[in-house]
Amino acid sequence: MDQIQKSLLAQVADLHEVPEGAYNIRTNGKLEGRNTTANIDIVTKEDKPGIDIIIKPGTKNESMHIPVILSESGLKDLVYNDFYVGEDADVTIVAGCGIHNCGVDTSEHDGIHTFHIGKNAKVRYVEKHYGEGDGSGERILNPTTVIHIDEGGYMEMESVQIKGVDSTERITEADLKEGATLIVKEKLMTHGKQKAESKFTIDLNGENSSANVISRSVAKGESEQTFISHLNGNNKCAGHTECDGIIMDQAKVNAIPSLSAANLDASLIHEAAIGKIAGEQLIKLMTLGLTEQEAEEQIVNGFLK
Amino acid sequence: MLELKNISFQVNDENDKDKEILKNINLTIQERFVAVTGPNGGGKSTLAKMIAGIIKPTGGQILLDGRDITDMSITERARAGVSFAFQQPVRFKGLTVRDLITLAAGKSISVSEACSYLSEVGLCAKDYIGREVNASLSGGELKRIEIAMVIARGTRLSIFDEPEAGIDLWSFNNLIQVFEELHKKINGSILIISHQERILNIADKIIVLANGEVSAVGTREEVMPTLLRTSEACSTLMDKIV
Repeated sequence: MDQIQKSLLAQVADLHEVPEGAYNIRTNGKLEGRNTTANIDIVTKEDKPGIDIIIKPGTKNESMHIPVILSESGLKDLVYNDFYVGEDADVTIVAGCGIHNCGVDTSEHDGIHTFHIGKNAKVRYVEKHYGEGDGSGERILNPTTVIHIDEGGYMEMESVQIKGVDSTERITEADLKEGATLIVKEKLMTHGKQKAESKFTIDLNGENSSANVISRSVAKGESEQTFISHLNGNNKCAGHTECDGIIMDQAKVNAIPSLSAANLDASLIHEAAIGKIAGEQLIKLMTLGLTEQEAEEQIVNGFLK
Repeated sequence: MLELKNISFQVNDENDKDKEILKNINLTIQERFVAVTGPNGGGKSTLAKMIAGIIKPTGGQILLDGRDITDMSITERARAGVSFAFQQPVRFKGLTVRDLITLAAGKSISVSEACSYLSEVGLCAKDYIGREVNASLSGGELKRIEIAMVIARGTRLSIFDEPEAGIDLWSFNNLIQVFEELHKKINGSILIISHQERILNIADKIIVLANGEVSAVGTREEVMPTLLRTSEACSTLMDKIV
């Protein structure tokens, strides 16, 4: 792995060396390294690009990393990763994609991740996206996440895209059985002429299932963001979706939350707020000796922390 | 030392008529504790914001230790040595109490240093240091954090806009002690806008601001009786009516 690839890896997976536990590192469309453990198996798919990750029932406190690195300009990479998380397992999965594009051609990575979360299993899934490189070629990331959570299962998904991705179309679909829980925390910052769209569809099918989608975003420059979330309450359930956006310069943010309840005991709430940085916040930090620009940075960093 | 020379501030009201919020204010502030009091709408908060640079005067001059700061920005004045605790503290999503105290101190400080500032204002530091300065904090808690930030800055001039308002269950003695400690540290002036007699009682100088004008200025021995006489006159009048 060269220096560029190593630095991308540090950005998206906080990895400086080969990680502990199970991992699968993909660089420029090829397998760079893989490690399996007694409880976590990784198998290359035969019918299409991608891998199957099989986590044995009862696996506790293990983590796995599956970063993807693109440093060749003009590469279009597509993968299908399927996660099978066994009953009662408790694991952390860190995915992420870093693109370095110093050429003129578009580099694109489309990852389709499907989670099958077993009964009472608990998964923390972290996904970071990052782009860099001074070429005029675009950096495009289109992640799709499909989540099936069985009875009593729990998934917490954190997605972060702070820098350098020109265009993103994120699709997250989930269905939840009895007593299942899904928590999504999304953080997004766009600048320049970037475009980002994030679309959630969550079906709360089981009794006492619950979902909470929290999105915080900052749009700068002439960038444009669209946040669409749709919760379907098909049983006694609790759903909450929240989009909180800061808009700066000439940017544009669209927030389109929607709810459908098909059961008397479905309790669904949506909240959306978009606004510029409050003037009094800037003034307060300026009275502490910060310049307006420093104050703005502090407010934005805190908001996305 | 802070000097205000012929300070005035005019705004256009809804009928597009000039309204004078501050009229030709001349003041020198060099004492330990200076209290500004007077009726609501008298121009006290406007004056405080003007010293901090948040509002620009429409006329006059502001001098800090002999240096003209009238055209300086908020940031420049903060760096020149002006601190300002807001009457209504601002909330920040995502920024923690520690973040704000660190920004106020202007350098990276240890957790124990940050905690000491919070303890000074009567907050149990370990419960607060990691909290977000968001809607989960009460008005009184925010108010104390606001004061802690001014203590952390420790500049030559510290302005407090009604620091006692909203502070519950915290004895005034503690608040007064905080000001005394702060004074020892900064060896400068503390300007407090207040309606509280107990704060006026510790002031070396009291300024009464009413209708945008200085209606009285002097030591507490000189000014307090005039303030009290007003209320006596009122109660005498009330006695007659009842």
